[in-house]
Amino acid sequence: MAEAGAESQTVQEYIVHHLSYLTWGRHPDGHWGLAHTPEEAAEMGFMAIHVDTMGWSIALGAAFLLWFRWVGLRASADNPGPIQNFVESIFEFVDARVTEGFTHKNALIAPLALTVLVWILLMNLMDLVPVDWITGIAALIGEHVFGFDHMPFKIVPTTDPNITMGMSLSIFVLIIWYSIKHKGIGGFLGELAFHPFGKWMVPFNLMIEVPTLLAKPISLGLRLFGNLYAGELLFLLIAGLLGLYQLPMHFAWAVFHILVVPLQAFVFMMLTIVYLNAAHETAH
Amino acid sequence: MDINLTIIGQSIAFAVFCWFCHRYVWPLFANVLEERKRTIADGLEAAAQGELKLETASRDSAQQLEEAKSSAAGIIDQANRRANQIIDEAKQQAQVEAERIMVAAQAEIEQEANRAREELRSQVSVIAIAGAEKILAREVDQAANEEMLTQLAAEL
Repeated sequence: MAEAGAESQTVQEYIVHHLSYLTWGRHPDGHWGLAHTPEEAAEMGFMAIHVDTMGWSIALGAAFLLWFRWVGLRASADNPGPIQNFVESIFEFVDARVTEGFTHKNALIAPLALTVLVWILLMNLMDLVPVDWITGIAALIGEHVFGFDHMPFKIVPTTDPNITMGMSLSIFVLIIWYSIKHKGIGGFLGELAFHPFGKWMVPFNLMIEVPTLLAKPISLGLRLFGNLYAGELLFLLIAGLLGLYQLPMHFAWAVFHILVVPLQAFVFMMLTIVYLNAAHETAH
Repeated sequence: MDINLTIIGQSIAFAVFCWFCHRYVWPLFANVLEERKRTIADGLEAAAQGELKLETASRDSAQQLEEAKSSAAGIIDQANRRANQIIDEAKQQAQVEAERIMVAAQAEIEQEANRAREELRSQVSVIAIAGAEKILAREVDQAANEEMLTQLAAEL
């Protein structure tokens, strides 16, 4: 498909096509439906949803949880099979990270960390699927079933800032929630206003602390998005520019990208644990 | 960057998945690992106790063996003594019996001798009379000599 696409599209069109989303939302005239062109998608503004990334995100998360539950229901303490061992090793890895990184009592943190790690890992792994396989099949279906010219279909949810920011903002909400729960509103605001320089420097303290706080979810979400987006873009460049000769380059970049995929999932999980741990700290 | 409803959708999905994981996935593995930990701990404890029991049992068995040995020795000793006693008794009885038999035999011999003597005595008179008849070659008044012969026989 890359080759066929490259023949009928310029490289720029090819890449733009691969970077657009299959969008469903409210058209300017008020009715809801799929956006057939990038312009239509842009006109929808906020009242739109990325069917492709959202769908893959939910599908991968559900697959991960249902699979883990399936394994967990059949788990035996005396005689674990290879699949159980595999899942248990992930479980114990997360459990160990939470035990050493999170020093307070909160039963939600470990399942949260497990969800974050495996879900993001699966979403990132979609980046290693050659860029035109699923997208190409989807474009064919779009052309013949829905009457699209070039139906976009993104399969890597973590290259969608909505997905990564959705997660990081959820964690930000948890940070605020637990900060207020454990420090009180006064304690939480006091931390922003009276640190690091005491009460005579409140404006200056706020200038330091508020951006620090806000930077947490933004950096968390954008780091993941940026890494995966860059990786995806490079795959697209290789595919768009080199056509059939992409394979060696594609392979080389995929090997390198294999490092990025689990690393970004791990970083997201570790930062989640560290931020939530800080939110539970009361003593100063 | 087009931020839209997807960000809210993802937040909801995230919340639901975390809840599901917290409620339906995490406890399964936590329980399995806990159970395994407990099984191993129990096993180790049981092994330690087993070792302790083995030690006690081997000490007990050694003691019982010792007791059995000493009681066996006692029984053998007793049996030996009893055997000696039985032999002694048997010997004594045999001796008594032998003496009795000897006495009886002697009595019988004496009786036999007496009877023989009696017989001899009764026959001596006949022989003496016959001898005397032959020597005297005459009729002797048997009645006249009866007294003398009886006296002779009594002297024998």
